Amino acid sequence: MGLIISIIVIGGGLLWILYLSIKGRDVDRRIVYLFVGTTVALAIIFRLEFGEVATPIVKSVFDKIENLPAGSKIVLSYDFDPAMAPEVNPMANAFIRHILEKKHRLYFMSLWATGQSLLSVSLDSVLKPEFPDAKYGVDYCNLGFKAGNEGVLNVVITNLRKMFPSDANGNSLDSLPMFKDVESLKDMDLLISIGGGKPGVKEWVLFAGDPGKVAMAGGSAAVSTPLLYPYWPKQLIGLLGGTKGAAEYEAELIKRYPRFKDKSMPALRMMGPQTMAHVVIIAFIVIGNIAYFRSRKKGEQS
Amino acid sequence: MKRQIPLVLVFIFGVLLAIQYFIPSEPSQKGYEFVLDWITIIGIFAMVLGIWSQIHVGYYKIRHRAEDWKYSVVTMVSMFGMIFLGLSPFGGLQGTTFRLIYTNIFIPIQATIFALLAFYIASASYRAFRARSAVSTVLLVAALLLMLRVIPMGPLADPINKIGSWMLLVPNLAAKRAILIGVGLGGVATALKIVLGIERSYLGKD
Repeated sequence: MGLIISIIVIGGGLLWILYLSIKGRDVDRRIVYLFVGTTVALAIIFRLEFGEVATPIVKSVFDKIENLPAGSKIVLSYDFDPAMAPEVNPMANAFIRHILEKKHRLYFMSLWATGQSLLSVSLDSVLKPEFPDAKYGVDYCNLGFKAGNEGVLNVVITNLRKMFPSDANGNSLDSLPMFKDVESLKDMDLLISIGGGKPGVKEWVLFAGDPGKVAMAGGSAAVSTPLLYPYWPKQLIGLLGGTKGAAEYEAELIKRYPRFKDKSMPALRMMGPQTMAHVVIIAFIVIGNIAYFRSRKKGEQS
Repeated sequence: MKRQIPLVLVFIFGVLLAIQYFIPSEPSQKGYEFVLDWITIIGIFAMVLGIWSQIHVGYYKIRHRAEDWKYSVVTMVSMFGMIFLGLSPFGGLQGTTFRLIYTNIFIPIQATIFALLAFYIASASYRAFRARSAVSTVLLVAALLLMLRVIPMGPLADPINKIGSWMLLVPNLAAKRAILIGVGLGGVATALKIVLGIERSYLGKD
């Protein structure tokens, strides 16, 4: 029902804008803004959701985590700020769920000062309530933020304790059981960086994954994803791009582990409004071009 | 002296670090790590300088009631408020109030500003994204196809996905790799110019 109402409202509005454009009347930008706002609001109100299927670039990350033996060591780096968070935080939460479900050991860290606070939100909203049996220092730990950008990676690839003598809570790494057999990032089985700026996935590939010969995966904001394609599939085993990539991962997670169906899956929820917004933008491009060619034809005739 | 000392330092460290890269030994690595420590230290001093500059500019604006001085008041109150709440006697970075403000004010504000892009993109797509020439038509068709990838297209989804993936992994990849190589070579050339003291704009005008 919601979809039908949305189609009627959006379709009617687009036809009206098409009519105005063909008549050569200027459509005020505020009308365009209002139209986009209405479209997104309708998709949110009616909770429009569209099915997602994992593409190979996303599926390969999922399969890697899935096929690692239990107890494997995985680093998850929060390299983003609140502006990117709505797009990339769902990826991080999906990774947390998948990694802990598979009983791997999870090492959190951040190269962005803002990432540390966002990581705390994930710990409180996903990890602790959904995995109450996960023990700090045994199943997961938080190394926290370290200033120095790629310089940090340059050091931790050979000596983790030099940059992180203690975790974010001040515990010595030697006191945490999960660091017993960890000297550097080279001892990890998988590195995952989530971000969209600098330092981000690219720096992780250049300064950690590649020199350390450690498998590396990434999650990135949609705008910076095309810049990372050159590293796939050799230097990056897979890549999650924007909300779409996160939604594909969430869909795959639910498919494999139905117990997560009732959990909050924001990327799948966001894909509804995003899809509708894309439809409207495509329609605007088409309408704009129809009006342009029509006015050009009129100009040639006169 | 003010110009010569930085030039000498840049030359010494530039040459040493370039040589260090090709010597995979422990002393070389130790030296490199020592220099990296200095990057962190300098970065912290730069942050202090940035905060001081912010205070200085904000104070000047408020004192002289310069244009938009009220925004400076908001900035200063926010900055000092968060520093105050972030100090450990007042709860620290994990304190309830600090995290409450961060989660419920800072995150939504930044996300909202980023989300506003959708409105500008929609307006620009209607007004400016026109097939005026062959090149702009190629760009327009490519953009349309890539956007169609994220829309449920029923039986057309598979071919559109394949075309979209091909565009990302072949022409996009080729162009990006070419750009990356170009940027890399440009970076090397610029670094050489800086190390050798030919490029001196980083020293400022004085």
